[in-house]
Amino acid sequence: MTQTNLRGSQFGSSLSIWANRHRKWIFAGPAVIFVAALIIIPLSYTIYLSFTDAANSLRAEINFIGFENYVAVLTDTTRFWPAVGRTVTFTVGVVAVELALGMGIALLLRRPFRGERIVRGIILLPLVATPIAVGMMWRLIFEPSIGFANQLLNWFGLPDNGWISDPNQALPTLMFVDIWQWTPMMVLILLAGLTSLPDEPDEAARVDGASAFQRFRYVTLPLLMPALIAAVVLRSIDAFKTFDILYATKGTGGGSLHEVETVNIYAYGENFLYSRYGLASAVLVVFFAMVLILVAIQLLRRKKDY
Amino acid sequence: MTAATVTRANPVARKRRRSRAGDSRAYTIFRVVALVVVVVGLAFPIVWMILASLKSNIDIYNAAKTFSFVPTFDNYVTVFGEQSFLPFFWNSFVVGAGSTGLALALGLPAAYAMSRFTMRRSASTVLLARIIPAISLIVPWYFIFANLGLVGGYGAMILAHMFTSVPLIVWILISFFDGLPVDLEEAAQVDGLTPIGAFFRISLPLSAPGIATAAILAFIFSWNNFLFSLILSGSQTKTLPVAIMNFIGYASIDWGGLMAASTAITVPIIVMAVFFQKYVVSGLTAGATKG
Repeated sequence: MTQTNLRGSQFGSSLSIWANRHRKWIFAGPAVIFVAALIIIPLSYTIYLSFTDAANSLRAEINFIGFENYVAVLTDTTRFWPAVGRTVTFTVGVVAVELALGMGIALLLRRPFRGERIVRGIILLPLVATPIAVGMMWRLIFEPSIGFANQLLNWFGLPDNGWISDPNQALPTLMFVDIWQWTPMMVLILLAGLTSLPDEPDEAARVDGASAFQRFRYVTLPLLMPALIAAVVLRSIDAFKTFDILYATKGTGGGSLHEVETVNIYAYGENFLYSRYGLASAVLVVFFAMVLILVAIQLLRRKKDY
Repeated sequence: MTAATVTRANPVARKRRRSRAGDSRAYTIFRVVALVVVVVGLAFPIVWMILASLKSNIDIYNAAKTFSFVPTFDNYVTVFGEQSFLPFFWNSFVVGAGSTGLALALGLPAAYAMSRFTMRRSASTVLLARIIPAISLIVPWYFIFANLGLVGGYGAMILAHMFTSVPLIVWILISFFDGLPVDLEEAAQVDGLTPIGAFFRISLPLSAPGIATAAILAFIFSWNNFLFSLILSGSQTKTLPVAIMNFIGYASIDWGGLMAASTAITVPIIVMAVFFQKYVVSGLTAGATKG
């Protein structure tokens, strides 16, 4: 009896020693394996499918067709390349406006004022509101006959606009929605960056007689660069993948003329509407490569700057 | 974050900041006007949505009744009665709580190890999940989960949602543990605790604010997630963002019902975010100011 107990505790302590020695991987391993498994297995499967003619049912016979899907995708100037163009327009447009607005609002909020807590709370609203509900909300606001947007125009004596339902205006309108939703994210990051800056350089510049603009341009902005780059990288990655508001307002296909069809929406339709898995997989591999290139460029630029 | 807290907690620094500025009157007026524009611009659409949810469909079509109308709860009756939304709330809650809990179990120790042992390569593997377009993974997931008979159940959705929450939690907690001094753990080890014991007895209790931040954000992201649930949910396990599509018919849209459903989904999460404002902000900005 004592013997077993002794052996049990010996085993326990050697297990404890082993666990403590290898705690690095015991702690980090499960999360890394979980994420890696959920990326590597599906991604290899997507790459495999992209070289086949898989369609209609994944249980149907699948034939290997080499680079045919890639040729089809990369020469497709009616759906694929316009979708790429819209994705890039959307991303560059919204991130630029969000950065400018976000910077302005962050500077407004920089110094304390009465009611600060309430204002900061309101800034969170668009960020945490469910994107699909936000999409529905703007869909009604921009409804040509009953929405508030045209009502507002009419108050100023301006004629109605088609907004989301007008193929020429849909993309800019939805960019506006994205800007409404995500500018607060820029504000939060830039504000966190601003509050962590030391006061001294700004103070010194003031003593030397620098104007407010000069102090911002030559003192604050360079110091803020790390936060600013982080905010831009984060937002561009997310903007590139925008799905919810586009789907909520225009559905699969991105409208009758595909006017808001981004790569994300296009790939979704090919997969789940037309079940062209092989072709869709090729689109996704190309899309994935684009995101990686985007990230690589931004990381490289970041390295160069420091 | 730390710098911000210090400044705000220190009344002297705060006073100096305000008096130092010596703003011109014109700037003060500009600042107030600009802040009002920002607040109205951000809040008005949501207020408008809530107003529309309280209007009859006839009033929604009447421009004269934008702000003055007789409020009605009919739309909410449709949402919770006819469309029986309560089970969808439960589904969203189960998927949100389940994925957040499991993701914490995986992400918390991982973030700790990654912070203490500076495991850059492992950290970037996990964070890669934040970069990858989810849509390029969801088709194979669908196929694998379908073969395992998981599509339409909570399991597949919880796993998919964990794919967003694990990296989020790791990201937030790495920067939290980076700011937590090692000295306490070392002292505990001198007093005879094993390193793992020191983690459980010392670091874990101290990281409660970090855990709260990570958990709140992970829950919000899961509650708001649309794409994963759209593809992986079944008719019985639809989460709220998917269920909302019920209001969009082929021929017409029940605008009142749609706005009531949107409000019902959004309001709980907004209340939660405003209540935990401090945590939400520190979670959203975690790591961004480290440079």
